Parts: sequence; C-alpha cells; structure tokens
Amino acid sequence: MSEDNRVNSNDVWIVGVGLTPVGEHWEKSLREIALEAIAAALAEAPGLSPQALYVANTLAPALSGQSQLGSLLADFAGLRGVEAMTIEAAGASGGAALRQAYLALKAGAFDVALVVGLEKVTDQAGPALQAALATATDADYEAVQGITPTAQAALIMRRYLHESGAPADALAGFSLVAHANAVGNPYAMFRRAIKPEDYSRAGMVSEPVNMYDAAPVADGAAALILARSSALPPAGPLPAVRVAGSSLAIAAVALHDRRDPLVLEAANHSANQAYRQAGVTADDIDVFELHDPFSIYAALSLEAAGFASRGQGWRLAQDGEITRQGRIPVTTLGGSKARGDTGGATGVYQVAEVTLQLQGRAGPSQVEGARIGMAQCLGGSGGTAATHILVRVDPA
Amino acid sequence: MENARHWRLRRQRYALVGEVCPHCEEKIFPPRDICPECGEEARDLFEFSGRGQVYSFTKVSDAPTGYEESAPYAIALVQLDEGPMVTAQLTDINDEQLRVGMPVEMVTRKLRSDGERGMLVYGYKFRSAVPAQAA
Repeated sequence: MSEDNRVNSNDVWIVGVGLTPVGEHWEKSLREIALEAIAAALAEAPGLSPQALYVANTLAPALSGQSQLGSLLADFAGLRGVEAMTIEAAGASGGAALRQAYLALKAGAFDVALVVGLEKVTDQAGPALQAALATATDADYEAVQGITPTAQAALIMRRYLHESGAPADALAGFSLVAHANAVGNPYAMFRRAIKPEDYSRAGMVSEPVNMYDAAPVADGAAALILARSSALPPAGPLPAVRVAGSSLAIAAVALHDRRDPLVLEAANHSANQAYRQAGVTADDIDVFELHDPFSIYAALSLEAAGFASRGQGWRLAQDGEITRQGRIPVTTLGGSKARGDTGGATGVYQVAEVTLQLQGRAGPSQVEGARIGMAQCLGGSGGTAATHILVRVDPA
Repeated sequence: MENARHWRLRRQRYALVGEVCPHCEEKIFPPRDICPECGEEARDLFEFSGRGQVYSFTKVSDAPTGYEESAPYAIALVQLDEGPMVTAQLTDINDEQLRVGMPVEMVTRKLRSDGERGMLVYGYKFRSAVPAQAA
C-alpha cells in the first residue's frame, strides 16, 4: 500500500474484472448472466466485500419486464446488506455506473464497490427488439417517426460521406480491425477475421450502413471490483490499475437537436474532462476502447477525442493507425462489432478490456507496452458519453 | 393506450407549431420553452412553413412495433427553412428521387398503427417540393 508507491489514499483502483462470453445465450437468464460476471470478478479480489453494487442496464424493463436489478442481483449474489441500484443512460449505462461507483469511493462513502453491466436481448426479436432499442431516442420526436438506432447511424454516415467526400468503403477498416482483434478474445462473439471484399460485398442493413458496419446485438455481462487505496490488496503479480480520469457529459438526445449532427459533442467534452483529470493528452493514450455499435461512431469518436479533425477520422482506419501496432489502437478485443454489442453493458466490457491490456492479460490481442488506456461509451446517437482513463502503476 | 400522450402533441404533429424566442429570434422546434440558443424563456408560439430540405436520408426495413406495415420506408433529417432540423419519414417519393439537399414540404400522414383495434397515430411526413416529372 503506502510502501509500494501506490500513492494517494483517495485514489480509486480496479482490483477485479469478470467477463462472460458475448452471444446468444438461450440457456441463461438475465440474472444468471450477471451472476456469472459478478462471481468471476469477486474471484479476482479475494477477501474484499463490496459495500455497494451499481448495475448498468437499459433494456431489462422493456425486454425482460424487470426493473430493480440492483436488489435482484445483490440478493441473488449473496450480497444482501449492500446498497444497490440500476444506472441507466442507454449505451452509456456502463460508463455511467462505473462513474457512480468511482464518485462514491472518492467521496469515501465506501471502500469497495461492484459494478456489473448486463443485457439480455435475445429473448425478443424483430419489431419488439427494434422498439426497445429505439427507446434510446427522443420518443415523442424521433421514435414516433419509426426511427431505429440503425437508421440514425445511416443518416449520420450518409451525411458524413457526403460532406467529407470519403469513398463508399471509407469505414471498412474499423470493421476489419475489430474482427481481426477479436480472434484472440475468448469472450468475443465473432472470433473470425474478415477480408476487405467481405465488407464491400456485404448486404445493406439501412443504406449506407451494411452488415459489417453494424454490430450484432447480443447477451452479455461484465463486472468490475473497485477499491479505495485503503482497501487495495497487497501488491501481487499483476500491476495495479488506477482510475485516473472519470467523466460523463451530455448533449441533446435527439440527433436533430444537435448543432452539428456530425460532431459527438458529449464525447468531446467527456474526453477533454477525463484528459484534464488524468493530466494526459490524446497523444499519451496507448489503447482506446471506443464505442462502435456502428462503424460511423468509431470515426466520430476518434474525431471527438482529438485523434483526428472533423470529417477526417475515417482516414485513421485506412492508414493502419488503429491496429494494435498503430498510433492509436482501438477495439483491441473486438469492440462492439466483433466482441458483440451488449447495449448498456458495453462500458463495463470496455473498462474490463482496458484493464486486461494494462495488466498484460490480453493474450493474442495484447497491445505491447500499454500503460495508459481510455474507454468511452455512448448513449444512443451520442446524447450521453462517459469516458474513463486508466493508468498502470507498477510496484516500486 | 396512449391517447392522451399523442393528443397532447397535436399542434406539433399536425401543424409544426414550435416557438420563437422573444430575445434572440431563434425559431424553436420542438417547443421547449427555454431557448436553446440564448437560454432565455421562449414561449411565443410559431408555426413553421413546413418547407425545408433533406440533410440526410435512409430506409428502414427492420421496423419497430407499430411501423411494420409501412416498411420499408424512407426516413430523413429535414432542415426546415426557418432553421431547426426534424426527424421525419419521407412519403410519395421514388427511391431514385432521394438525394441530400432535395427540397421537401410537410404533409400529414398516418405514422403508426397498432392493429385492428389499436389507435392510429397521425403526424408530419415530408414529400418532394418539386413536382415529379410526368411519367
């Protein structure tokens, strides 16, 4: 603790991660998937008892008829007596829940907190699933027109290609890199590399969004154990991972209410706040787990976080800069595209994945020498953005 | 049933009634009583002309509940002449006509239907403001 250079008593650390494979889990219920992730995370932090549970979820009320996931999961996980609740911010729920845990620990309310992100989507399909996904839009002015998240991504992508003059396959690289990185991830849904011609021949989902621009919506849960310095276990074989920046920002929920629909304003503010807190710049980031439910959001996220100027993010996918050997590796374990899109659980998967990268536990997907990592998740078309920056702290 | 919910929005849905800010003249749709531009109170009603142009468009084939019978349908972000942008379906337009920048005008159409006994929701859609070439 104090003797092993792990600094300030008010610091917040990630001391356990628990991942479950993303996929179509017909045999597992909402709670079973979550409990599996919780058990895996607790196993990494023996001796630590969480005092609070923050659940990230957005679709359980619509798709499973279930609210109060906080008490449901705490009860079934044998954690009666803890404080527990659900944090909802659509696709940014995971980052938002982590932020609540971080704030509670920073405030000294608890020493150890548990965050679990989960979605169970495969019990519904077709129109009911589309309607549930569309709840992330402005119900009175977007969803009423029959819009879906896929169609919103298509509206943004068409305008982006129109304004930037980028070629039709400008975003292919995001999908290619995500798939290549997922091959070595045992928790990924699609552990299969794809070729440029697979992308160019893919059928349209909602033009110009093709099958490889769209991430598969699937079941999954991931969990994190966070601790204050006072509860940090003695240094073990793994480097410690500190939460150096935590930020959540908002923009208009409705795409049409944004000053510039091609700019992720919330993502920009959130990233800048996190950089400031962590005392780093975009140049210092070794791994960036951005949110790619559709490939256009990967380009816009790179622009929002300062890796490219407006309308130029697609070029990073063409120039190999986003691969694990490139300037700014993204979706290093597959991202939403190939790991699978777990809705409100995404932010928790991302932070767990950044932790694995910083601790050298990412296996074949390892980014060599990763020391500072960033995770950012988006709610809907960018109405919410939560950003976390993690830093590896080696024992003295 | 959501009758009251849709009834409350009748002015916006049937006549594109928004607001104009008495402080900075910003035209506001949908109405929100607080000007997004200057932050002052803005409650003066303003009826939009219904004319605008397509900022972007796509087609929905995997439709949500209540929209299945219209699928596939074209949907767009429409920049109104007075400034604000709206999300709306396009109607009475051939796929070949669709392009970014095309002038459009508002019409009232059926948006949503919930089965034989369910409610029908009507509201704005947009059609080409340039008459189609005689076939």
